[in-house]
Amino acid sequence: MRIGVVTFPGTLDDRDAQRAVRLAGGEPVALWHADTDLHKVDAVVLPGGFSFGDYLRCGAIAAQAPVMESIIKAAGGGLPVLGICNGFQVLVESHLLPGGLIRNDVQTFVCRDQKLIVENVDTAWTNEFTLGQEITIPLKNGEGGYIADAETLKRLEGEGLVAFRYKDFNPNGSMNDIAGLRNERGNVVGLMPHPEHAVEPGFGPDTSAAMRSGVDGLGFFKSVLNSVVNA
Amino acid sequence: MPKIIVEVMPKADLLDPAGKAVNNALHRNGHSEITNVRIGKRIELHFDRAVTDDDIAAATKIGEDFLSNAVIEDVVSVTVEN
Amino acid sequence: MALFKKGSAAPSNVDTTANAAATPEKHQPWKELGLKEDEYARIREILGRRPTSAELAMYSVMWSEHCSYKSSKIYLRQFGEKVTDAMREHLMVGMGENAGVVDIGEGWAVTFKVESHNHPSYIEPFQGAATGVGGIVRDILTMGARPIAVMDQLRFGDVSHPDTARVVHGVVSGISFYGNCLGLPNIGGETVFDKVYQGNPLVNALSVGALRHEDLKLAKASNPGDQVILFGARTGADGIGGVSVLASETFDADGPSRRPAVQVGDPFAEKVLIECCLELYAAGVVAGIQDLGGAGLSCATSELASNGQAGMRVQLRNVLLRDESLTPEEILMSESQERMMAIVPKRDVAAFTAIVDKWEVEHSVLGEVIREPRLYINWGDEEIVNVPPRTVAHDGPVYERPVAYPAWIDALNADSSARLPRAVDAAALAEQIVEVVSSPNQASKNWITNQYDHYVGGNTALAMPDDGGMVRVSEETGLGISIATDANGRYGQLDPYAGAQLALAEAYRNVAVTGATPMAVTNCLNFGSPENPEVMWQFKQATAGLADGCLALGIPVTGGNVSFYNQTGDVAIHPTPVVGVLGVIDDVARRIPSGWQDEGHNIYLLGTTRDELDGSVWAGVIHDHLGGKPPVVDLAFELSLASALNAASEQGLIASAHDLSEGGLAQALVESVLRFGVGARVWLDEIKQVGGIDDTAALFSESTGRVLVSVGREDDVKFVGLCEARGIPVLRIGVTDGRAVLGGSAGSPSGGTASGDGTDARLEIQGVASWSLTELAGVHGGTLAELFG
Repeated sequence: MRIGVVTFPGTLDDRDAQRAVRLAGGEPVALWHADTDLHKVDAVVLPGGFSFGDYLRCGAIAAQAPVMESIIKAAGGGLPVLGICNGFQVLVESHLLPGGLIRNDVQTFVCRDQKLIVENVDTAWTNEFTLGQEITIPLKNGEGGYIADAETLKRLEGEGLVAFRYKDFNPNGSMNDIAGLRNERGNVVGLMPHPEHAVEPGFGPDTSAAMRSGVDGLGFFKSVLNSVVNA
Repeated sequence: MPKIIVEVMPKADLLDPAGKAVNNALHRNGHSEITNVRIGKRIELHFDRAVTDDDIAAATKIGEDFLSNAVIEDVVSVTVEN
Repeated sequence: MALFKKGSAAPSNVDTTANAAATPEKHQPWKELGLKEDEYARIREILGRRPTSAELAMYSVMWSEHCSYKSSKIYLRQFGEKVTDAMREHLMVGMGENAGVVDIGEGWAVTFKVESHNHPSYIEPFQGAATGVGGIVRDILTMGARPIAVMDQLRFGDVSHPDTARVVHGVVSGISFYGNCLGLPNIGGETVFDKVYQGNPLVNALSVGALRHEDLKLAKASNPGDQVILFGARTGADGIGGVSVLASETFDADGPSRRPAVQVGDPFAEKVLIECCLELYAAGVVAGIQDLGGAGLSCATSELASNGQAGMRVQLRNVLLRDESLTPEEILMSESQERMMAIVPKRDVAAFTAIVDKWEVEHSVLGEVIREPRLYINWGDEEIVNVPPRTVAHDGPVYERPVAYPAWIDALNADSSARLPRAVDAAALAEQIVEVVSSPNQASKNWITNQYDHYVGGNTALAMPDDGGMVRVSEETGLGISIATDANGRYGQLDPYAGAQLALAEAYRNVAVTGATPMAVTNCLNFGSPENPEVMWQFKQATAGLADGCLALGIPVTGGNVSFYNQTGDVAIHPTPVVGVLGVIDDVARRIPSGWQDEGHNIYLLGTTRDELDGSVWAGVIHDHLGGKPPVVDLAFELSLASALNAASEQGLIASAHDLSEGGLAQALVESVLRFGVGARVWLDEIKQVGGIDDTAALFSESTGRVLVSVGREDDVKFVGLCEARGIPVLRIGVTDGRAVLGGSAGSPSGGTASGDGTDARLEIQGVASWSLTELAGVHGGTLAELFG
């Protein structure tokens, strides 16, 4: 299974996302922002970072990149797309997911091991989880506060489009504790926390079993392999 | 609603990374006629009464002492909308 | 070629070399540029005429203290002299280059260095700290390495001073902004508050990078005909004169205000520059490379030419400018960030251009390398610089500044902490423990470190609050490196020779407790004015202590940085030699955690506890006292201790290891229980008995060479046998017991509060006190957030 990982100038976690794809059993394919060719990938990850410096608005300039034209089109046709952190911001700026992400309410960058509740398992990126499962995924962002107007929020909740919610502690002031969203079709998922940082024992979040042994993030990448196989 | 608008810009001879990034993006999108972009801040100070000359003087001082960092930014205008 | 034809419209007021020769008596502002009279005379002697204004600008920045190390050079030499062949064995590049390079095996090398950005960080804390990170990362990149981590060593004024919050917020958010945006994990550092840093905070930044042996790059231009290419950000008026005025003169509130003295950093541009440079290296199109930092083009051109024993012809009109009004002198001195200079063979220029274009990085060819060891710089048709590059870059002035034994130091040393009252009962001791571990310097630094990304890269094996940071270098084998830094200005003030060795010993031990083998040393020597003979004495003592210490430990200094003029008025900071130790570990999977993870393990104290409280945190926090003599350093013992830890780690005998330092055993116990939320029962009887000391000394003494280790019962006998065979004093002082679930608002375990499920554990120090971990997490974790959050 070929999973594309997009690099924009300023992308930081592209190599981490490629590693995550590899550890899950997929084949990572590097995609370049200026290239409209998706190289026949079966799914795409928009990794974290500060694309184009996040100047103007986070993800705003990246959303205009040539590769995004192709991704937006392919997503309309059902291509699985996962946006992580800055990738989530790009998805929102591309209108593949609704709402917006603003500066954390604490006004600082936050890096922490974050508990999440999986709210929806009917997507290309969450089918390995069980509904209501608690997972721990590193979170690291400066502008992760999810906002949307009342009507959009109502629709998101009503249609079950909230994919992940923060548990115990809302780190950035996100409305309704929203950590991640899915689209109606379930092929596009975006979230602020970083599943690619919880895929390898020794380098993930701490668990009660051992230091840095958390690998809950692998489920995202295994999910998409399932969904591609089943598609 | 009466308000005083303070505009703050990065100092002319200092780098403005945000402006540069947006300028480059505009060029990529074909707007080569735009030669430079600089990004500043617009700060609105709201009042529930008419703005006085004293308010403007105070706002100017607030703009210079607090709303801007004189080392890297300039207050370029203080205007009133009554 | 058009290179030297352009610019016929040069302004008529350009000071050419011909003009300089014709007007020998013209007055020049050498004094305002920071030069001394004899230095100016020497420039005239070198050139056989007065310098042009452009030459004067170059010499003045390059001969400044910051760039030339003129006051420190004679002392820094000993880092290259007090070494054995064994110490040189793994050294691929030693002092003098942008950063030292160490062979760590398997074809890998690492390069690391720490540098100061103190003065700019006081004026504009956010940009000062941000560009400090940017500068050190470019130094690492310049060696051909991919930067893999950063750390920062911060010293601020007193927490209660009204200006401290401004500096803390600015510096921390500047590092957070720039470092996070670069995608480099921040794996540790130091934060210290002390009123001596009130008007002169210290912002030191460390970066480490990894490279394959064959990818090593050097900053030299040696092949005639190679092209000199400037690439990255455009040149603007940033920090003009910053390097000489900011770093080499004491603050003067009414100083000249011309161009902005600060530089604005663009981490996005730097991230792109990193990836672009690595692609250029991989393509093999770069023969030499130098970053532009302090002294900008003046430094890059003269150093590249001087290092290559060649010369250079440069057309300054080809420099891409952000601000067209810049004069040639300003262009030469500009410290605009995120710029690099590459030396590229002519045949590779097209390939070079294709790569920089791909990354949308601007570049311009400034000139070429020539055989004659002379640096010619033209402004259009006018020659404005014609100098031997070596005289600018390397043959600057060297001072043997007067040294004087400080008049005050005997009285300070005589004022021992022995006169301070000690706690008379358990309740008072317990109160002091809480006071110590919640004091700003001893409290959890989570409020700061939670603003830094330590995950990016996916190779971070240890990070704060662990004793040392650790990063995997090879994904195939797990080969990795560990780094720890340390400095204790209070000890430095009592005895700068011992202070430097104490910093070295602690950083060395911090690396050893991670399971890594210490290999190399970097330093950032922060001192007051070298024109003060007493400061110069402190500097002399500290460098001797460090060089002697490195020799005793058998690890070489690979590079570093000196920051002088850290003072407010006449009052210097405490001598603050920040020492960084780099270690190597064959497989990061073997790393040792710093806290307790399992219940029912035995807790051992390795080393000897003496009654050593002079200069301690206890003396400072409880009694606001600084006097006496710092703890004894025993480097031979540190060596045995490190090798015992390494052997125990290789045999998988230890579950955790935590260094004892500031705050003594009390501090180490609190940190160990809070790291993963596993409690403990501890007793002090044997410590007191063996050392002949009281409770206060047992809990707060800062005797060196001590480590707290936890060991599973099945490995007990083996572990104790290993220590005894190596002559390491070992005392069983407790057992781990009970597990708490800590979490909550502060994020990582040691900073939070218990979650709602009510699971808790305790730290019991028998005969003294017992606390729930939730309670301890509150007092240890909350301080900085309360002060600055």
